[in-house]
Amino acid sequence: MCAKKVTKAAPGQVGTTGHEWDGIEELNNPLPRWWVWVFYATIVWGIGYTIAYPAWPLLTGATPGVLGSSTRADVQAEIDTFDAKNADIKAKLVAAPLDQIVTTPELMAYAEPAGAAVFRTNCAQCHGAGAAGVVGKGYPNLLDNDWLWGGTIDDIHTTITHGIRNTADADARYSQMPRFGVDELLEPAQVDAVVEHVLAISGQEHDATLAAEGATVFAENCVACHGEKGQGDRAQGAPTLTDAIWLYGGDRAAIKTTVTYARFGVMPPWAGRLTEDEIRAVAAYVHSRGGGE
Amino acid sequence: MTSPDIDPPSLYAKREPIFPRRVKGTFRTLKWWLMAVTLGIYYVTPWIRWDRGPNLPDQAVLVDIANRRFFFFMIEIWPHEFYFVAGLLIMAGLGLFLFTSAAGRVWCGYACPQTVWTDLYILVERWVKGDRNARIRLHRQGWDAEKIRKNLTKWAIWLLIGLATGGAWIFYFTDAPTLMRDLVTLSAHPAAYTTMFILTATTFAFGGFAREQICIYACPWPRIQAAMMDEDTLTIGYRDWRGEPRGKQAVEGNGDCIDCMACVNVCPMGIDIRDGQQLACITCGLCIDACDVTMDKIGKPHGLIGYLALTDETRERAGQPAKSVWKHVFRPRTVIYTVLWAGVGIGLVVALFLRSPIDISVTPQRNPLYVTLKDGTIRNTYDLRLRNKSGQDETYLITVTSEEHFILHLEGAADTQVTVPANETLQQRVYIEAAPDSEAATEDKTRLRLWVSRAGGTERVSHDTVFNGKDD
Repeated sequence: MCAKKVTKAAPGQVGTTGHEWDGIEELNNPLPRWWVWVFYATIVWGIGYTIAYPAWPLLTGATPGVLGSSTRADVQAEIDTFDAKNADIKAKLVAAPLDQIVTTPELMAYAEPAGAAVFRTNCAQCHGAGAAGVVGKGYPNLLDNDWLWGGTIDDIHTTITHGIRNTADADARYSQMPRFGVDELLEPAQVDAVVEHVLAISGQEHDATLAAEGATVFAENCVACHGEKGQGDRAQGAPTLTDAIWLYGGDRAAIKTTVTYARFGVMPPWAGRLTEDEIRAVAAYVHSRGGGE
Repeated sequence: MTSPDIDPPSLYAKREPIFPRRVKGTFRTLKWWLMAVTLGIYYVTPWIRWDRGPNLPDQAVLVDIANRRFFFFMIEIWPHEFYFVAGLLIMAGLGLFLFTSAAGRVWCGYACPQTVWTDLYILVERWVKGDRNARIRLHRQGWDAEKIRKNLTKWAIWLLIGLATGGAWIFYFTDAPTLMRDLVTLSAHPAAYTTMFILTATTFAFGGFAREQICIYACPWPRIQAAMMDEDTLTIGYRDWRGEPRGKQAVEGNGDCIDCMACVNVCPMGIDIRDGQQLACITCGLCIDACDVTMDKIGKPHGLIGYLALTDETRERAGQPAKSVWKHVFRPRTVIYTVLWAGVGIGLVVALFLRSPIDISVTPQRNPLYVTLKDGTIRNTYDLRLRNKSGQDETYLITVTSEEHFILHLEGAADTQVTVPANETLQQRVYIEAAPDSEAATEDKTRLRLWVSRAGGTERVSHDTVFNGKDD
């Protein structure tokens, strides 16, 4: 095949290994000896590494390594470190009067990013990642200045802690609008009339004659919760009917559906799922999105 | 067919020790100066003080990783201005291209840390053990008291140099006098000691023992730079048409080379330049000096070995004079590199002087695009980042200008002013509102300009962005 005369290098020239194929010779540029030793050293290091650290896959896991290293334990240790670092500020957050959280820069510096994290994990599913809710679908926008149950940090904190229409908690926000249509509390004509009235007081296009009839229906059936002028009542979570914000939609069809079937939006209580410092942090976060009172 | 009388050559080669002889001359002098300047810059820079007023470090050159700042004399770079550092690195790269295409491996021969520190280590070696012949003699003798003593002395000095090298490096990253005190009292951070140890060890190993092996086997630069060299690039060459056949001057017909081996003996890479330009040659120029000394002795002109391009070789062989150095240096290729290099440099300087004392960035909130308030007002939210680089607390006034009418509020503030502590970044939510059914509230997009001005000053900066209305 190839064996030719092995040549040693003349000064300044390169020798050959003696291998030759079709006149092409294989040159011999020898590797430095220390390079080979470095290579052997990396092998030894590699073996040592697999003994020291988790390495060889077994049926149900891997060899643990004699140093007992575990990246999961490292992560847990890091989390514990940060928890320990935050313990002090969390205690301060829990001890502070609620209304002073948003005015204390030191507390807000922790509460806002911490609350953002809690929000993304627990609240964004309904209220959206940007806290804008789903307009018209019953998931309130938390960025605006309209609040069903109040927009002070105290109110927000109570709502988050106990939830809305949560029967398991006596302190939960609770109210229920009667189903005026399906329970035949109102005639269909009365429903249509009161819908026109609501369109009128919220400044939308309406049938003036019907709306006048509806005013009577409204006075007899709705003012107890929504107020004489439709201004709403936060104690009962009764929405203001005169503004531009509609949780379930403000057009004729949506209002008719609401009057006929009523609405029953629920929010779970977060006490027990979140710690008090987390609830306070997320309350401060929600409060500082632009609508806080 | 293998010939039985020759052993197969080994695939691995033992390192041949090199004992460079002392030499005097133009290039040696230049190298001493360059060594003094480069090492001086490296060791002294962290100790230069620079008063920046209160709250800021007074070290002229400081890479403050903990506070994410880079200080360079009057310049202060924040992380978002890292393009300055990137620009400097691009300039360093283009500069290297320029020098390589014009004069070959000048970086390798004169400025590379591996060359400079090896040179320094060889100087120490020569000082302790004597010149080439004495060192060869010592190398060959057994491990007697003299050899042990001289080697220990040499290693101790090498280690001290290594320690100073590793030490100087960490001074760039924290206040040098404080760290020095901490290092001495053994109270510095473990990372400081670790870094120092690693750099001391590598300096000791690379400068003392690995030396030319790093250049030949470990460094990628000798391979890469071939792409930047051409036939007009200056390299070091042996004028064989003048020197050959080498031998005694008394013999009729011999060339100028008397085969004194001076060029080989002074070479820190252990090569023979008379074999031609080769990978291992770092173009340090010491063989030129050595040969010129010999030429003086035998009364022949200098330049048997000299800076020479391939085109010169062709011309000289044909009996024409070599091109002047300037013609080698000023070529389209080097001019293009110079223009690019200068372009990046001018760009950086201009950017540096155009930097505003107030630094803002504005992120419009896109989720949601707008919020409808109770009375039908449309609100957009912008996250404004304000960086106060002034070294003292500053109050900034935030305003908005547009063809349409807007109202501006700040989260958590009754007015439209914010105070940013010295050297800090503050994030502020800015609300901009358009009245119900106004042009801006019903249009898809309205352009607006946010202004940030320093209270009690004239500096102000603006940022153009858009307001999203209901029509989308």
